[in-house]
Amino acid sequence: MSPAYFDHNATTPLDERVLQAMLPFFRERYGNASSRHEFGRAARKAVDEAREQVADAVGAHPSQVYFVSGGTEANNLLIKGAAARLQPSQVAVSAVEHPSVIKPAQELREHGWKVKKLAVDHDGRIDRDEAANSLREPTGLVSVMLANNETGVIQDVASLAELARDAGALVHTDAVQALGKVPVNFPALNVHAMTVSAHKIYGPKGVGALILDKRLDIKPQITGGEHEKGLRAGTENVPAIVGFGAACALVASHLASNQMQMRERMDQGLHAMGAVLFGNGAERLPNTSYFAFPGIEGETLVMALDRAGYAVASGSACSSGGTDPSPVLLAMQVERELARCAVRVSLGRSNEMSQVESFLQVLQDEIFKLKRLAALAV
Amino acid sequence: MIKTPIYLDYSATTPVDPRVAEKMIPYLTEKFGNPASRSHEFGWEAEKAVEEAREQVAALVNADPKEIIWTSGATESNNLAIKGAAHFYKGKGKHLVTMMTEHKAVIDTMRHLESEGYEVTYLMPESSGLVDMEKFKAALRPDTILASVMLVNNEIGVIQDIAALGEVCRAKGIIFHVDAAQATGKVAIDLAKLKVDLMSFSAHKTYGPKGIGALYVQRKPRIRLEAQMHGGGHERGLRSGTLATHQIVGMGEAFRIAREEMVAENERVRYLRDRLYKGLSQIEEAHVNGDMEQRVPHNLNISFNFVEGESLIMAIRDLAVSSGSACTSASLEPSYVLRALGRSDELAHSSIRFTIGRFSTEEEIDYAIELVKNKIGRLREMSPLWDMFKEGVDLSTVQWASH
Amino acid sequence: MSYSTKVLDHYENPRNVGTFNQDDEGVATGMVGAPACGDVMKLQIKVNKDGVIEDAKFKTYGCGSAIASSSLVTEWVKGKTLDEALTIKNTQIAEELALPPVKIHCSVLAEDAIKAAVADYKAKHGEMVVAAACKG
Repeated sequence: MSPAYFDHNATTPLDERVLQAMLPFFRERYGNASSRHEFGRAARKAVDEAREQVADAVGAHPSQVYFVSGGTEANNLLIKGAAARLQPSQVAVSAVEHPSVIKPAQELREHGWKVKKLAVDHDGRIDRDEAANSLREPTGLVSVMLANNETGVIQDVASLAELARDAGALVHTDAVQALGKVPVNFPALNVHAMTVSAHKIYGPKGVGALILDKRLDIKPQITGGEHEKGLRAGTENVPAIVGFGAACALVASHLASNQMQMRERMDQGLHAMGAVLFGNGAERLPNTSYFAFPGIEGETLVMALDRAGYAVASGSACSSGGTDPSPVLLAMQVERELARCAVRVSLGRSNEMSQVESFLQVLQDEIFKLKRLAALAV
Repeated sequence: MIKTPIYLDYSATTPVDPRVAEKMIPYLTEKFGNPASRSHEFGWEAEKAVEEAREQVAALVNADPKEIIWTSGATESNNLAIKGAAHFYKGKGKHLVTMMTEHKAVIDTMRHLESEGYEVTYLMPESSGLVDMEKFKAALRPDTILASVMLVNNEIGVIQDIAALGEVCRAKGIIFHVDAAQATGKVAIDLAKLKVDLMSFSAHKTYGPKGIGALYVQRKPRIRLEAQMHGGGHERGLRSGTLATHQIVGMGEAFRIAREEMVAENERVRYLRDRLYKGLSQIEEAHVNGDMEQRVPHNLNISFNFVEGESLIMAIRDLAVSSGSACTSASLEPSYVLRALGRSDELAHSSIRFTIGRFSTEEEIDYAIELVKNKIGRLREMSPLWDMFKEGVDLSTVQWASH
Repeated sequence: MSYSTKVLDHYENPRNVGTFNQDDEGVATGMVGAPACGDVMKLQIKVNKDGVIEDAKFKTYGCGSAIASSSLVTEWVKGKTLDEALTIKNTQIAEELALPPVKIHCSVLAEDAIKAAVADYKAKHGEMVVAAACKG
């Protein structure tokens, strides 16, 4: 039996339709989009069409879409590129941002910037009053994610963007986890820039986009050619861009809302077993459950679940290398001990209710076993 | 009947080899895990594939797999190498040396550093396109921290003597970066012997996929870089971002094939190139750009005098070729590489780069020769300059109407 | 770069390519542009005793639009008197060939070629010379 994949916030399987869209661009329509001959023009046309598809999925104009190698690059480009054109002041990011936002923000310190982490409440929501307070300091740049990769908690970005704009700051949102799961509309979010990525929406790895208010002046971070209107040099990754477009075209009809029922069943089962559910009081993505069984190490539990045929995650994939508790949970004032017990289940298109039911069954058994082991150890 | 347009632009990009595509596809479909996922089989499987590919890439250039860092392509590799080293070693000095004929990814990165207060010397090549060793040595200063010279030029295909350049740099403690995007699969590279500290690679110039490249970062002696992309700490903190498993697997397979088939393939491609060269040499006033000896076997860059460049491209549009490099061909500027060789604007404008590859056939080459001969003949019949040349008028002495 | 069908037609089937003997009675030549500009146009006209252009030929070193502009002009000047030929404006040429903005200079050059050829004719026949300039 192939394992049940419950880790869609880490990455998603490619949709078959996306694969079919991509395949011709490896072997037949392989031109360099910068070439003037027929092969090049065919590639350029495909890139332009994908740009429209991405724009459509987020309510933006195609000219606002800049392709990059992924979400991490888009976040780096925006934060460092926008800061390079501003007088150093304060950069404010939420305390639960992805490392690809926090780290570049911290890099700005070298150029005279101060980093302010916007606090979140126990459910992982940015505290609006505290944020307003923080933005009294002269602030050039604010970055607040739309949905958190670990907890799935959704921030009120539009309202925070209003605060930031009132403070004269540029606002960015990392919408990598939100796209495909909840409706994402660039103009409605009221931000200047937004990051999206293909491999979280059943598209290929290796491509993402920065959606940008064109009035924004951004300093390119990768130079060497006039690609992407001079904002990002490098030969266009045509098959991946085409795949991104195709994945975006499927987003509207496949929002994760149909996973809501499964997630509710999951939460209910977890609750009944005595799990602590993180971000439970906040609005969350309809596919994500982040929980802990006190006294049972998250790492241990995910290994046991993997052996039992369920692919889940402890903390975010990117930082799974370390054994430190999740900074997101610590920012939510979760006790270190409990944070170490965190396990994330993120559902996706391919999952079925029967998998959730059998998972809960297996989980119950594993918890029972692990608790007994823990009792023996004492 | 031959199928047109005929692709003779393998230095702009290459089709993915069918064997490469076949290896990639499972990593798009069933083996879709995130290599950074450490908690399940999907992730481990992807991570294993990434590490195998790293070994394959390292094997082509005789490096340690630990010295290979994945990037999104050679442009990013060049940016990371040059900015990363310049920033890390800025305490040692702020002078860099490169050539005027480098790829834009190097030139523009150098310009970026100039805006940050670094000083850059851009060396003019000889008319052959090769760097003069004495001029190179003379450009190095006590505060020089890095030199960057490409192994194979993208436009004229000339091969620089990076072994000798590396010796000079190593003796002076200067970091030596080499852009090898155009070299893999064409030139043997032995990083265990070469005194090269940083080397950039691209997959899509070697029958691998677009969107993936690598940077070789030497471990002994150890070269340190300041990361240019921050986040989850992938690639030992040097380059964050989710690894695109299928692309990496594709690059690994492409480089494996290159290693195994390079010798035989180069022989076949050289035969086709020489055939093309011989055919086109019969055209009067055709001038090869760049050295013909120190050159990769698949490149022929040739200018046709008394024919205007754009009309030439239009005339031979059944051939997918490049005038100047693909990255600059959207503009009407004459190639800066050819100008650096001392070519006139007219000759630079009328240059065509033919780059032959794995799927080129003799039939295609013969077709190309005939087509170019006919079209050049036709355009020259229309050209008043050709008439004047034939009448023995020295065009350089003509007083043209002011402009 | 995409070309209009009319440019492509003139480029593929240029009208009146060739040379008249400059020493022949009634023949006049206008050569404008410079190799460094990327365009050189040579327009020759053959004028009959009534002052009407009865034939025209061209040779052009230049892009497709430059070739098309000169080819078109050889058709247009035929049957016109010298003064009528001088009324041909670059805008008409550009419009007829649907030239994009970056190629307008080709039509300017073609207009200049007419002026230069007419000036040459008048000079040969003792009239005042008007110099032509390349607007590349």
